Amino acid sequence: MEDKNAEKILEVKHLKQYFNVGKADEVRAVDDISFDIYKGETFGLVGESGSGKTTTGRAIIHLYEPTSGEILFEGQNVDTFKSTADQKKFRRDMQMIFQDPYASLNPRMKVKDIVAEGIDINHLAKDDADRTKQVEDLLETVGLNKDHSSRYPHEFSGGQRQRIGIARALAVHPKFVIADEPISALDVSIQAQVVNLMKKLQREQDLTYLFIAHDLSMVKYISDRIGVMHYGRMLEIADADEIYAHPLHDYTKSLLSAVPVPDPEFERARQEIAYDASHENDGKERKLVEIAPHHFVRAADDEIDMYRQRAHEASLLH
Amino acid sequence: MDNEKDILEVRNLQVNFKTYAGDVKAIRNVSFDLRKGETLAIVGESGSGKSVTTRTIMGLNATNADIVNGSIMYKGEDLLKKSEKDMEAIRGQDIAEIFQDPMTSLDPTMKIGRQIAEPLMVHKGMKKEKALAQALEMMKLVGITDAENRINDYPHQFSGGMRQRIVIAIALVNYPEILIADEPTTALDVTIQAQILNLMKELQDKISTSIIFITHDLGVVAGMADRVAVMYAGKIVEYGTVDEIFYNPKHPYTWGLLSSMPTLDTKGDELPSIPGTPPDLLDPPVGDAFAARNQYALKIDTQQEPPFFKVSDTHYAATWLLHPDAPKVTPPDQIVARQKKYAEMQAALKQQQAANTVPVEEEEEQQ
Repeated sequence: MEDKNAEKILEVKHLKQYFNVGKADEVRAVDDISFDIYKGETFGLVGESGSGKTTTGRAIIHLYEPTSGEILFEGQNVDTFKSTADQKKFRRDMQMIFQDPYASLNPRMKVKDIVAEGIDINHLAKDDADRTKQVEDLLETVGLNKDHSSRYPHEFSGGQRQRIGIARALAVHPKFVIADEPISALDVSIQAQVVNLMKKLQREQDLTYLFIAHDLSMVKYISDRIGVMHYGRMLEIADADEIYAHPLHDYTKSLLSAVPVPDPEFERARQEIAYDASHENDGKERKLVEIAPHHFVRAADDEIDMYRQRAHEASLLH
Repeated sequence: MDNEKDILEVRNLQVNFKTYAGDVKAIRNVSFDLRKGETLAIVGESGSGKSVTTRTIMGLNATNADIVNGSIMYKGEDLLKKSEKDMEAIRGQDIAEIFQDPMTSLDPTMKIGRQIAEPLMVHKGMKKEKALAQALEMMKLVGITDAENRINDYPHQFSGGMRQRIVIAIALVNYPEILIADEPTTALDVTIQAQILNLMKELQDKISTSIIFITHDLGVVAGMADRVAVMYAGKIVEYGTVDEIFYNPKHPYTWGLLSSMPTLDTKGDELPSIPGTPPDLLDPPVGDAFAARNQYALKIDTQQEPPFFKVSDTHYAATWLLHPDAPKVTPPDQIVARQKKYAEMQAALKQQQAANTVPVEEEEEQQ
């Protein structure tokens, strides 16, 4: 659990990301969300397809111009860098690991050139020998063999490719890594390997993660705090254990009740909770309210008491 | 194992794929039965041969597939000996399949009503009007809202979950004896997945079809399956009832699969994982194919392939650890906890039988 005075590394303030603005097919992919990520933590972002979680990740790493709102990284607005040097530093500090290990590696580049691309752009290597050494160290860090460096991506399995993607992200010594569904394309036994690797690297290199995924059990395992998104809005943010044990928002309850659990007895007794989304568009103004300590729920003024009551029943209020 | 309730009997199936590099031994001596009305789940990693098994049953393998050995008996006849024309009559009529990706398994240029009606027209020679009327009933059955107005819509006008409902409607419109579901919900969100799985269970009750359910998601297996077969490197390594596999697994690979998937209660710094990667089936290893990744491997595992050892009448596992002379090993913590639960369940069951009462409620689980 992060304490209150932990240092914020990322602040998202009223971020809106619309597409096709002003046209008939305007899409409000992200609609006014605000949250903070603290240094050294893993923030999990969950939601169904179309909830806006990937768009949020891409807006943070500045692949889009936000429609409105601010994204502050280490206190600096990522939208208004004064110089290209600042821009370049930001691109070093924030890196991304992608979902599909087959599509995210250039098939015509050797592994060493893929991993070293960031090193080259940022002139992080003194000479060729240093470059080779850095690449070999990185491959070793992610559990690959240094002999692998002169091979091409197609010679690797999905799990190994994802390790190459991780090595590439780490090559420029980032502070913040966005991992968008990094394991959903991998087999169960390989998923655990990659998650363990990510946790190990976080400990060793003091990384902060934004972990975007739809696999709720894996998100809970890796995350310190979790945000639940739906229809482009953030509905609930809390400590990972707490949000799973005591979800307050109906949507979170519904989402959790649908997760299949590898336990037949549990499955036989399972009751899914249906979610009625109609109230989300009833015109009331809603914002994230701290219902219990560090536990935020999107609520209208006249709903706060209801959520407080729920929190009270779950003994979250002391 | 021969049983009059069996609707499908697969025996000693061996399938190779011819490639430039040599023969890939994708299915290496697989035998199993499917009983009337049951759901059999086949679980395993990609490349373990689960999809090839069902594609062989359907007669839909790629042209470089070579069925080296085996038989697939359905209603007293070997499907492997049937001509392509005979198989065409069986597919979509007796045996139907739901594919993984609802985006690519529908024809984008054909109205969905027509797509659902097509199997009726092809297999039953039904007239178009009558078939469309029945297609409409099927659409209602699988829960497509406003079916009357949507029967002339095209696939792109539906969401992923709705499209999978259409795929299910097509597969079930002829009330097949056997339904093969190959990762039917992998492409869907969890809430939609839950709806589709419930729908499948409901329809199974209604038309008493037998289901072969292929998936890598053990959570889905726990909710859907009556029996489970675990595949690794082209072989079944363990099979049993769903309770036996989840609460009393015997094969180290099953242990690894079950413990590497975090439940909502899993804590700790490191997730138990299976080291390494599956073997190359161009040249399968001698002995137990899992030995290289198995921390419990014995010397004999690298020399001789383990036979199936019987755990109960319904539960078999192919691991030397079950040999009477094998050393006793302690499985991973999570498995020990599962086995403890199994022992409790068995004890409770015995008590119940003794008291001859009806089953009462199950233990409470926190959620």
